[in-house]
Amino acid sequence: MKKLVALLLALTLCIGLCACGATAEKPAEENPATTGETETPATAAKDIKVGFIFLHDENSTYDLNFINAAKAAAAELGLSDDQVMMKTNIAESQACYDAAAELVDAGCDLVITDSFGHESFALAAAKDFPEVQFVSCTGVKAHTEGLSNFHNAFASIYEGRYLAGVAAGLKLNEMIENGDITAEEAKMGYVGAYPYAEVKSGYTSFFLGARSICPSVTMEVTFTSSWYDEALEKEAANKLINNGCVLISQHADSMGAPTACETAGVPNVSYNGSTVAACPNTFIVSSRIDWTPFFVYAINCVTAGEDIGYDWTGTLATGSVVLTDVNEAAAAAGTADKIAEVMKSLEDGSLKVFDTATFTVNGETLTTYLADVDDLGDYVGETEVISDGVFLESFYRSAPYFDLDIDGITNLDA
Amino acid sequence: MNKKTKTPLIHITKRDALPWYKSWGIRAAAILLALIVCSVITTTMTGENPLQVYATIFNGSFGSPRKVWVLLQNIAMLLCIALAVTPAFKMRFWNIGGEGQVLAGALAAAACMICLRDTLPNALVIVCMCVSSILAGALWGFIPAYFKAKYNTNETLFTLMMNYVAMQLVAYFVIVWENPKGSGQIGIINQSTEIGWFPQIGSYKYLLNILIVAVVTILMYFYLNYTKHGYEIAVVGESERTARYVGIKVDKVIVRTMILSGAVCGLCGLLLVGSTNHTLTTSIADGRGFTAVMVSWLAKFNPIWMIFTSFLLVFLSRGAGEISTAFGLNQSFSEILTGIILFFIIGSEFFITYKINFRKSAGKEVASHV
Repeated sequence: MKKLVALLLALTLCIGLCACGATAEKPAEENPATTGETETPATAAKDIKVGFIFLHDENSTYDLNFINAAKAAAAELGLSDDQVMMKTNIAESQACYDAAAELVDAGCDLVITDSFGHESFALAAAKDFPEVQFVSCTGVKAHTEGLSNFHNAFASIYEGRYLAGVAAGLKLNEMIENGDITAEEAKMGYVGAYPYAEVKSGYTSFFLGARSICPSVTMEVTFTSSWYDEALEKEAANKLINNGCVLISQHADSMGAPTACETAGVPNVSYNGSTVAACPNTFIVSSRIDWTPFFVYAINCVTAGEDIGYDWTGTLATGSVVLTDVNEAAAAAGTADKIAEVMKSLEDGSLKVFDTATFTVNGETLTTYLADVDDLGDYVGETEVISDGVFLESFYRSAPYFDLDIDGITNLDA
Repeated sequence: MNKKTKTPLIHITKRDALPWYKSWGIRAAAILLALIVCSVITTTMTGENPLQVYATIFNGSFGSPRKVWVLLQNIAMLLCIALAVTPAFKMRFWNIGGEGQVLAGALAAAACMICLRDTLPNALVIVCMCVSSILAGALWGFIPAYFKAKYNTNETLFTLMMNYVAMQLVAYFVIVWENPKGSGQIGIINQSTEIGWFPQIGSYKYLLNILIVAVVTILMYFYLNYTKHGYEIAVVGESERTARYVGIKVDKVIVRTMILSGAVCGLCGLLLVGSTNHTLTTSIADGRGFTAVMVSWLAKFNPIWMIFTSFLLVFLSRGAGEISTAFGLNQSFSEILTGIILFFIIGSEFFITYKINFRKSAGKEVASHV
C-alpha cells in the first residue's frame, strides 16, 4: 500500500509539473507590417468564416507569425471574432483532419493550415469536403493533385533571408574592422530544423547575402531534426558558438537559439519575427513572411467566389517578404540603409539571389540542375530550374526547392 | 518515570474499507472542490465566466456528432494501452514502456504498408500488418520481462529505456521513408492507393477501432477475473513467495504476462497506423503510454472502470483544446485546469485509504474528514 501512495504522490507531482511546464518566454509581439496597399472590398466578407489550424501556439515564433497575420487579415477585412476560428497545437496526424472537419462543421468556408506536415491530412479533408476551400501553407502537393479546392502558398522568403544575410555581413565586417576577429575567423553558425529544401534554400540565401558583403565568410550548419525543440535549439547554438562561430542565425521555431546567443553575447539574425524584447543586446534583424497579404487575398477570393489558384507565391512587392526593424544596439552602423539599397535592386530585378556566378557546388559553377519540383515521392528531379545563369527559386512552385550544398557552407551533421 | 508519551499533532492511520457510498462521496466532493478552485482561478486570471468555460469543455467532447466520434476514438486508443499495461501492473510489474511497445507495433505496421505495397495484395498486406505489429509489441514487452525473470533487472528503468530505443528506431525509419527528401516526415502512407488501410465501417471512420477495443476490454476483464492466468497474475502480485509456495512458476507468469501486455500495445500501434493516422511519427503514441498508467491506477486495475477513467482524461484534454479555440486562451491555461482536477481526484484516493487524526487537547482522537 505504501507503493500505491508513493506512486499516487509521484503522479500528482508529475501532473503538477506538466501543468506548470509550458511557460516559455514569449517572443515580442510585433506590428503586422506594411500591407496597406492591397485593394480590399471591405464589405464583401460579411458571411464568410475562416478556420486556421496551427501546429503550436504563440510560444512558437513560427506559429506566432501566422497567428498575428490571421488577426491582422481579419482586422483589415473587418471580420468579427465569430468569423475567425483558430485551432492551436494540432499535431501532424489524423488530429489535423479532425480539426479541419470540425472547422467545416462549424461553418468555415476556408480552412488554412500552417505546417508543412499538415498537408496530406488537409488534402484528405479537401477530398472529403469539396465545397470548402483548403490552403496548405508551405505545402507542395497542390500543383500535382489538381483538386479545385486545394491550394498551396508560400513566399520568396529567400529574398528576405538574403537581406538578413546582408545585415550579418555588415556586422562581420564591423567585427573585423574593430579587430575582434580576423577576416578568416568570420564564421557564422546556422541552426536548422531538417536538411529540407525549405531550410537549405533559407540558409544558402542567408549565406550568399552575407558573402556579398563580407567575402571571407564561411558558415557551419547543424540540424535539430525538429521544428520546435527549445532545448535542442539552444544546445545546437551553443555547439556552434563553441566551434568559433561569431554570429548565429536559425531556422527552427523556438526561442532556443536567440536566447543562447543573448546569454553568450553573440549577435543573432533571427527568423519569423523580432526577438529584440528577449535579446536586446544581440538581436540584429529578422526576416519573416508576412502572411497577411495572402490571407486577405484568399479570403477575398472565397468571398467573391473566385479561384485562389493552386499555388500562390508572395514577394517583396506583395508585402509578403518583410524585415523587422534593425536593432541599432547590435547591428553595424548603416545596416538599415544598406538593406534598403539591396532591397531596391532585388525588387527591380538587377540583383538575383541565386545568381550561379556567385556560388559553386563542388568547385564548379552550375549550368544545369533538375529539381524535384513535383515531389512525387521518387526523389528524382524532373524540372530544369537554371535559366540564364540564375537558379529560379519559387518559380515553378511556391515552396522552395533549392536543395544544393554550396561551397563555403559546412554541414556538421553530414 | 514519565509514562506519558507524546502524541503528534497530526497522525495518519489506515482506514478500514469504506462503504462504496462513502468513498464515492469523497470522490464527488473532490471533483466539486476542484471545480470551485478552477472557477476561482479562471475568474481571477482570465476574467471569463467559469460556467461558460465548463460549458465549453463539455462542448469540446459533445458539441457535434463528429466530436463524439473523435472522443470515442481517443478513449478507445487510451483505453487500449491502459488495458495492455494492466495485467503487468496487477502482478506488480511496473511496465511504463507502453509508449515504446505502441511505437514498435506502429513501426511494424508502417513497414508492412511501405515495403509490401508493391508485392502483395491489399488483404495480405493487412494480415502481415496485424501479425507483425502484435509480434513487435510482444517482443518489446518480452525483452524487459526476460531480463527481469532471468537476472532480476529493474523493470521500471528497463521498460522506460525501451521507450527511447523504440522512439529512436522510429525516428530513423522516418528519415529512411521520408517524403519529400530532408523533410523528416512521411505524410499519409499510400494516400492514393489506400493499401494497408483498414476498412471503414459505413461512413464511420473510427467505428472499427472502437469495436475492437470494446472486445479487448471484455476479453481482458474475463482474462483477469475468470481465468487461471488471471488468478496467477493476482497471486504473483500479492506475494511472489506465496505464488512460489503454491507452485506457480513466477518467471513464466512474468514473461507470459508481459508478452500479452506488449502484444496489446502493439495492437494499439497497429490501429493508430493502419486505421487512424496512416502515417508514422515519433509522437504517434502521443504520451498515451504514460497517461495509460494513470488510467489503470485510477480504475484500480478494473477494465470496466477504466472506460470511465479514460473517458475522464480524454474529456478533459478535448475540453482543453476547445477552450483555447473558443476563448483564445493559450492551451496551457486549460491544462492548468486539467492539472487541478486530476490533483483533486488523485488526492481524494488518499483520503479514501487513510484518515487523518488530529491531537485533541483532551487526548481524545476524532477522525476528521476531507
